[in-house]
Amino acid sequence: MTLAPERRATPAPARPVRPTTGPLVDQFEFGLDAPICLTWELTYACNLACTHCLSSSGRRDPDELSTEECKALIDEFERMQIFYVNIGGGEPTVRPDFWELLDYAVAHHVGVKFSTNGFRITPERAAKLAATDYVDVQVSLDGATAEVNDSVRGRGTYDAALRAMANLRDAGMKDFKMSVVCTRHNIGQLDEFKAIADTYGAQLRLTRLRPSGRGADVWDELHPLPEQQRELYDWLVANGDQVLTGDSFFHLSAFAEDGQGALPGLNLCGAGRVVCLVDPVGDVYACPFAIHDRFKAGNVRDGAGATDFDTVWKHSELFTDLRSPQTGGACTKCSAYDSCRGGCMAAKFFTGLPLDGPDPECVKGNAASSLEARDRGGLPGTSQDHSHKGTVRNAPVPLTLMRRPPSGACDESPLVPGRSFG
Amino acid sequence: MTATPDAERGTPLRVRAEAAWRLSDSVSLRPEPFGALAYDFRTRRLSFLKTPTLVDVVRGLADHDTAGEALTAAGVTPQQESSYLSALTTLAGSGLIEERP
Repeated sequence: MTLAPERRATPAPARPVRPTTGPLVDQFEFGLDAPICLTWELTYACNLACTHCLSSSGRRDPDELSTEECKALIDEFERMQIFYVNIGGGEPTVRPDFWELLDYAVAHHVGVKFSTNGFRITPERAAKLAATDYVDVQVSLDGATAEVNDSVRGRGTYDAALRAMANLRDAGMKDFKMSVVCTRHNIGQLDEFKAIADTYGAQLRLTRLRPSGRGADVWDELHPLPEQQRELYDWLVANGDQVLTGDSFFHLSAFAEDGQGALPGLNLCGAGRVVCLVDPVGDVYACPFAIHDRFKAGNVRDGAGATDFDTVWKHSELFTDLRSPQTGGACTKCSAYDSCRGGCMAAKFFTGLPLDGPDPECVKGNAASSLEARDRGGLPGTSQDHSHKGTVRNAPVPLTLMRRPPSGACDESPLVPGRSFG
Repeated sequence: MTATPDAERGTPLRVRAEAAWRLSDSVSLRPEPFGALAYDFRTRRLSFLKTPTLVDVVRGLADHDTAGEALTAAGVTPQQESSYLSALTTLAGSGLIEERP
């Protein structure tokens, strides 16, 4: 899909009317009364400094929502029947009122799945989490070995994630999530990830590396190579609903042939239609991967009440635009357009590609020439940066394999078949 | 999100027009322009009721002695009955509705 074109000076033609029957995906394009998938980043503070952090987190923002404002927002979620929210950050557990807010949400019929690096999931916390209905935990792990993981997430983070998962398992928590951002260095480890998840009784979740936040700085080196996209797609098809993806790989659906091999999920960019993000200072963005002024719909503090998310969701100009029919531009000529719908809006935006053209990781290779031709100096960058400025205790550890010069012309990737990692 | 089609999960419970059913305690419905979202807080599964009539049927189940009466009350015609019963059977298979005495 594409973001709506720049606003016209002349009146737009009458909007098409929402269909009353037909596929749900057509309904979703027109938006819903409340989001299905709402991500709420509670704080920009984080004890880590992951190289690919999509929200450029590190330091707390002094203007973050207060405890009372957070509770008012949860009250709104309850009124809007937003059945669950995905809480992230930053590292949400570093907020002193995190556990209080978690209890408040559950008491108000708003289920919570929160993402964590696991450092603070002690045996005591794990026991409390296991005893609370409506709460799910998602532990981040971006390498099936410490070497691969710690190169992105920081020294000691592999051990911390596994310790957290062991604590959750030992406390009797079932089907919590182990979430992996797929990179060039870990695509070859998918079976190992599945084995680790199985060991802890966790569900494996794979998501796409986005060039958002600090991710823009490392995307060129970390995003999966074209042949790895195919490897990932084949693995996803083979593992079906054994693995969760948050629908993040719909650009890979273009691999499907003759309607066979479609990936489970909506295969639709849900930004501003069924998905949105509330950031720690109350700004509302079209999706978690689009933290940029260009995709900011408003702020929950804008209205008259303690918070007013409802108005931003239902009436903001940006979301209204996103819910009107989009043009696929050059992509509409492609045989795979119905499968991938042009891919991810945020991925295009942050790599400097036109929003009505192909995804930077277009599996048909249709973005390759424009990626090469783009002006890197003209990339949009971030409109906020909360990255740590000083040294961080758990700083990322460069991959030692990458320090060796390539031994041959075909050997630029550290994951050439036949080479084993640590 | 986890909007897995329920039809894939096998449906041991068949909803007959003569039996009494209700929305399960752990399930909430959220009205939407196309019908409703149904969320089961116990299983954390999200389902979609794709027509407003089906939403009326499901909401009405608890107020009628039989599923058949709930169908009629919601304006389901005899010709449509079997397709609505099969939709209810799918909902029963995923635990969104439950039989009651």
